[in-house]
Amino acid sequence: MSDSYYGRPVIKEPTWTWEIPIYLFTGGLGGGSAVLSAAARLAGNERLAKTSLYLGAAGDVVSAPLLIADLGRPERFLNMLRVFKVTSPMSVGSWVLFVSGGASSTAAVLETLDRLRPVKYLAELVSALFGGPLATYTGALLANTSVPVWHEGRHELPWLFGASGTATAGAAAALLLPPEEAGPARRLAIGCAAAELAAMEVMQHRVGRLLAEPYRKGLSGQLTRASKLCVAAGAGLLAWKGRQSRSAAVGGSTLVLAGEMLLRWGVFKAGFASARDPKYTVLPQRQRRDSNR
Amino acid sequence: MSVPDGWLAYGDEQQERVGFFTDTSVCIGCKACEVACKEWNLVPEDGLVFTGESYDNTSTLGANSWRHVAFIEQEKPLRLDDEDGEPLRWLMSSDVCKHCTHAACLDVCPTGSLFRTEFGTVVVQEDICNGCGYCVPACPFGVLDKRHIPSLPATTTRVSGSEPQASERPDGRVWKCTLCYDRLKGGHEPACAKACPTDSIQFGPLDELRARADARLEKLQQENWNGVQLYGRDPDDGVGGFGAFFLLLDEPEVYGLPPDPVVTTRDLPGLWAQTALAAGAVVLGVVASFLGGRR
Repeated sequence: MSDSYYGRPVIKEPTWTWEIPIYLFTGGLGGGSAVLSAAARLAGNERLAKTSLYLGAAGDVVSAPLLIADLGRPERFLNMLRVFKVTSPMSVGSWVLFVSGGASSTAAVLETLDRLRPVKYLAELVSALFGGPLATYTGALLANTSVPVWHEGRHELPWLFGASGTATAGAAAALLLPPEEAGPARRLAIGCAAAELAAMEVMQHRVGRLLAEPYRKGLSGQLTRASKLCVAAGAGLLAWKGRQSRSAAVGGSTLVLAGEMLLRWGVFKAGFASARDPKYTVLPQRQRRDSNR
Repeated sequence: MSVPDGWLAYGDEQQERVGFFTDTSVCIGCKACEVACKEWNLVPEDGLVFTGESYDNTSTLGANSWRHVAFIEQEKPLRLDDEDGEPLRWLMSSDVCKHCTHAACLDVCPTGSLFRTEFGTVVVQEDICNGCGYCVPACPFGVLDKRHIPSLPATTTRVSGSEPQASERPDGRVWKCTLCYDRLKGGHEPACAKACPTDSIQFGPLDELRARADARLEKLQQENWNGVQLYGRDPDDGVGGFGAFFLLLDEPEVYGLPPDPVVTTRDLPGLWAQTALAAGAVVLGVVASFLGGRR
């Protein structure tokens, strides 16, 4: 029995280019940092609150032009806000980023000017409320497609990206702050790096041997392995010496950040690999069909 | 289950749901459908290649091919009771957008560019589309794609002595079959069905087409045709039935079609639940990280 039509893909690869995996990283940084900043403000750790506020605003502010640049018609980016559709994670995400980015950049500007403190606190609250969704919806964005490794990883992708974004936020703050101010950020980076590695293992296991292939083979496999290595080494270094040594904190944080960026690229490229080869679409579907016949 | 999402909202303006029944047992591979579609819809030429894949140089549906005739040469008998020594058959099938009852492209479109027409079909509004590309990997059939070449100017008359000038700029929007929405509005059948010389592509009210397909399937089964089956006719399948369905002579995957397509948004409620839980966990994780000291 033939498995495909001249080996051609059944579904189309996404048209998304390099801006999108970078956005997955910056959006995760923005969302995680907004929550971290608000928690630090409540805990009275003003230096951490300020650092994460700026990091979060930077993540959000960089994200928008990345997304706009990826559009086929960038000048029509505002069409994203002409409807709100819960059936489209991209529609929901556009609104989340719009609100969250607007709030975090407002708060960052007011922080710099040291004016309108109540407005700043309100903006920080809004940004923090939307931070969690901003860090996790990108998992739904990818999973809500016909791309086999993304769709079948739908139970884990929001957790994986949420953990990755929060680890990114923690590591970024721990990179910029001296260890005596960075305790929560460092612990967040270590804990969420471990959670991210665990989520990746669960996902690779749950999608089954065939669909886990893109995470082991080819470019996406190399990116995934490099990500695991960087994240594990970075989190280990932070846990071991990050509290005492500034240079260990800088090195560990940098490794975690690099690993989380590689993770986004690995998941992104694995999706393309699974869309390109028809066996990933046909074999699981044929199994499902034949068991229903 | 089998009512297209959004179609009922038309109220008084709602029209009978129409579609295609493509009976591949009478397709002769003439590609008149491909040509008629390109001519009527001003679909640009995107390069001429030789693939060596039987008579198919179009290869796939996409932004610049809204009908695609597949050619498969097989060493299989056409009928199960053929006693010939060396069996051989040549399968041909004109593929097209399925105009799903539950359409993933329409669900995921963040601008509302993709919409359900009063005829129950699915169409991209090109004045709205911003080329985000979300519908491209959402479609379980790989029908839509982004147009990376310039579009032709939408002029209906050619000034004598001057060729219409294509813009230099890549189009950047997504394109697919509209089931000739403009022709439907004028009471005409779509260009491909009109041009099909063997009535392999049949256009009409979907209910009628389904009844006709059932009768055709029964006849070919009685005549022992090898592998004959309907594809996309069942309103209970993963996309709620196709608006454009097929009679095939082998498994769908042989024609490059997915064996058991499911609209991706069917799983979205559970996916949103996971997303919300994970967002809550982000907050909890951050709070927990403050349980230690400042250092």
